[in-house]
Amino acid sequence: MGYIAVRGGEKAIENSIQFLEHKRSAGGSPPVSISQIRDQLHFLVDRVMGEGSLYAPDLAALAIKQSAGDAFEAAFMVRAYRATLERLAYSIPSETRDMRICRRISAAFQEIPGGQILGPSSDYTLRLLDFSLCNEMKGEVKDTWLQFLKETGLRDEIPETLPKIVDMLRRQNLVATRERSAGLKPAITDITRDAIQFPSDRSATLQTMARGETGGMLALAYSNMRGYGTAHPTIGEIRTGWIPVFVQHPFTAKRVEAGQIPVTEAEIISKINADSKDPKFEIGYGLCFGNNEIKAISMATLDAAMQNGESRYPSEDQEFVLTHIDGIEAMGFANHFKLPHYVTFQSELDMLRSSRKKIEKKAENMQPDRENNHDSQL
Amino acid sequence: MTPVLSVRNLFRIFGTACSRCFDGNDEICGNKCPWCGAIVACKNISFDLYPEEVLGIVGESGSGKSTLLKILYFEEEPTSGEMFIHLTKRNACFPGEAFMGSVDAANVLSLNSYQKRLFRNHYMGMVYQNPFLGLRMHISAGGNIAEKLFMAGFRNIAKIRERAIYLLEKTEVPGNRLDESPASFSGGMQQRVQIAKALSNVPMLLFLDEPTTGLDLSVQARVLDLIKSLQKEMRLATIVVSHDLGIIRHLTTRTMVMKDGEIVEAGLTDQVLEDPQHPFTQLLVCSTL
Amino acid sequence: MTANYNYAFIDESTKKEIRRKILKAIAIPGYQVPFGSRELPIARGWGTGGLQITLSIIGEQDTFKVIDQGSDDSVNAVNIRKFIAQTTSVRFTTDTAQATLIQTRHRIPEEKLNEGQVLILQVPIPEPLRLIEHSETGTRRMHAEADYSGMWLYLYENIIRYGETTIGAGYPVMVNGRHMMSPSPIPRWDVPKLNMAEALFLFGAGREKRIYAIPPHTRVVPIEFEDFPFRAEDFRGHECASCKSTDTFLNEIVDSGSGMKKWFCSDSSFCEKRQMQKRQDV
Repeated sequence: MGYIAVRGGEKAIENSIQFLEHKRSAGGSPPVSISQIRDQLHFLVDRVMGEGSLYAPDLAALAIKQSAGDAFEAAFMVRAYRATLERLAYSIPSETRDMRICRRISAAFQEIPGGQILGPSSDYTLRLLDFSLCNEMKGEVKDTWLQFLKETGLRDEIPETLPKIVDMLRRQNLVATRERSAGLKPAITDITRDAIQFPSDRSATLQTMARGETGGMLALAYSNMRGYGTAHPTIGEIRTGWIPVFVQHPFTAKRVEAGQIPVTEAEIISKINADSKDPKFEIGYGLCFGNNEIKAISMATLDAAMQNGESRYPSEDQEFVLTHIDGIEAMGFANHFKLPHYVTFQSELDMLRSSRKKIEKKAENMQPDRENNHDSQL
Repeated sequence: MTPVLSVRNLFRIFGTACSRCFDGNDEICGNKCPWCGAIVACKNISFDLYPEEVLGIVGESGSGKSTLLKILYFEEEPTSGEMFIHLTKRNACFPGEAFMGSVDAANVLSLNSYQKRLFRNHYMGMVYQNPFLGLRMHISAGGNIAEKLFMAGFRNIAKIRERAIYLLEKTEVPGNRLDESPASFSGGMQQRVQIAKALSNVPMLLFLDEPTTGLDLSVQARVLDLIKSLQKEMRLATIVVSHDLGIIRHLTTRTMVMKDGEIVEAGLTDQVLEDPQHPFTQLLVCSTL
Repeated sequence: MTANYNYAFIDESTKKEIRRKILKAIAIPGYQVPFGSRELPIARGWGTGGLQITLSIIGEQDTFKVIDQGSDDSVNAVNIRKFIAQTTSVRFTTDTAQATLIQTRHRIPEEKLNEGQVLILQVPIPEPLRLIEHSETGTRRMHAEADYSGMWLYLYENIIRYGETTIGAGYPVMVNGRHMMSPSPIPRWDVPKLNMAEALFLFGAGREKRIYAIPPHTRVVPIEFEDFPFRAEDFRGHECASCKSTDTFLNEIVDSGSGMKKWFCSDSSFCEKRQMQKRQDV
């Protein structure tokens, strides 16, 4: 491809990249494999896929390896890769009622149809460092697990699908319905094709949050939960599991299952709506790739918070929330301040020096008679 | 005489209105429509304002008088109704004049927001009860006045400052406080800066919303005198909204009495106050005297 | 896993979409057109907006130059040049006069740009009114109504308080008498070059997802008071230590040996050209 002359600055940059690459292997440990990252750092992989906005566990694992575990960088690589992929089709909306459930709990009701299913969660662990992991042997966990199943004889089957808690409230007419995007506009905006505009419709709002940065969203949602806001979340239901993804076949027009993806879905029951004639609960909705309950809860809380048309707090202000939660944008801008700003700074210097000169001169000319000094200030 | 401002059949309804909000006056008790629950804040308002006159709007809080004023100043959209403004030669001295030629015949409430802004910047002034609404507290007093002049197309700092000093001194604020922010001023002085700002573009229409409520009595009297003398001098067509009959008596020549969004009585101020016809006006006059 | 990327990286339908937005931007000089900004393998904030414009319009026949702070050798410029080299087969140059496309951060080259040349400016914050209004809803309304009094007030207060406008780089301009526009963080020195120019200026803000343009022969005026005129940076009394120019934008550098302040041209390729000419003259 094109020829470019190498100059001094370029050489230094090249060396910096080499140095970074060297650091990954400098310790002398054997290289981690993609499958190790995918299997053993699955929470991180899920997070990177979510923020990278692409369901691709192996690519996310590769990005984690390449970025040496920097979640921002990894999500960024995935996102950039995603931008090069052709848009073949939009999937048919998936029904999360059909989710194959792995974990499902409700904080609103003690007894729920189908029961509380704890599934795999770190919620109930003691946060004690487990030193036995230092010298873990291959197959050790698997053996313990098989032994455990044998002893407990755990055989209860989870049904294919489970009813939704929020649906129970819906049937009792206690839940406010959300408006759909109406009119000639396509029902769903694609934020990767059109810049978000405010007020943004619901599909754009949810898409932006689904690819938002977990920590940033948590901070905003937490501010609302703590009192800078009124969402008052109760977790109606949080479920993790697998949902099928269907696309319409381009030739036969038939519904075809493209595969199944793991997701986390949160539905929070929020404050009572403003309509005093027909008071109902508002629902906040969160959904993200893989297992990331913090993000799903934060998203649902922010979704509920932004329904509050008043936006008295940052977490209630749609524009504020949606323009600041994208990790890739935020990290890029924060990082860009490291780029040279010699020219702009030279320009600022010029202004400051000129300002100081003028103020000094004004001070020298200051008359003791303050009465008329406004005339001489220019 | 041609009025400078004519308002016809103005409605402002909060909430989703039904067709009956717009009629059936007798059955509606208070300003809440019994059929749909919407609040009818301004109900079928029509009136004229003549050159150089001061028109008072008096009523209790919640009577719709402030809403009406906001609509006239394009701060709020009416539900329906028309407003006509007749420009006089005297005011035809500002830039942005080009499109205004056609305004005489047009319902100005149907102008687009850009035209409304131009119109307001060139021809209207407003003084609010709360100086926080009318002033930017952390911008200098001069800057506050200048903003209005920037809106009207002024681009010369020396001239702007000269005019700002002139206006401040006219409103009895010492000119040497030009570069201080109103946050450090007393309530009365803030109100005077607001008046200076409202007058800076030599408006054709001046709107005063409870301009002296909240000030000490002695300060109140001085600000009222100031408004009166400036209005005379600049010959401004003015609308004063107040719940205080004393102010209405002091400033206005004609008065409209509003109750529950409607004008229940209108006439010469003396006449309305000395010989009130409507029971509500009678109550109002009794309770203050 | 290997990947084959399209010519100029971005897929063709996206390029078309971006070109449509560019045309719209040219049709309404100074107006910020929203576009579906894509992620590129360089970070948001490092010129992805400018780069998306470049990638959408670059072709085989182009000669490309990229500068950062006026220099062809700065980190950002090097990154972008490398990327373009990997994904296209265009010619590269450091000579402003030879380039058909120039992507730049923070500078407009000293040499006058001619008809047919396109200058693509990287923009961090496209909204000039962001200084005075944080909300996009608010600033869009202000543009719609041409309500710029807040900006004038900002300048007025600056002048009263500091005796200066305090906006160093990215000085706001009025384009075609209608839209207030941020010229990107170029120094004030470069602002007059935008007025009635021969070349086309395209501005891209990737993170903020906006494209805007100044077509050739468009009136571009910095906002200024009648009695407080716009002023470029003042380099009187200084000259470039390399080429002895006194008519270029200079960077001040503290010599690490002597501790003395020295001045050098910010436009490095122009400076080299001057030095070459001097040598030839001798």
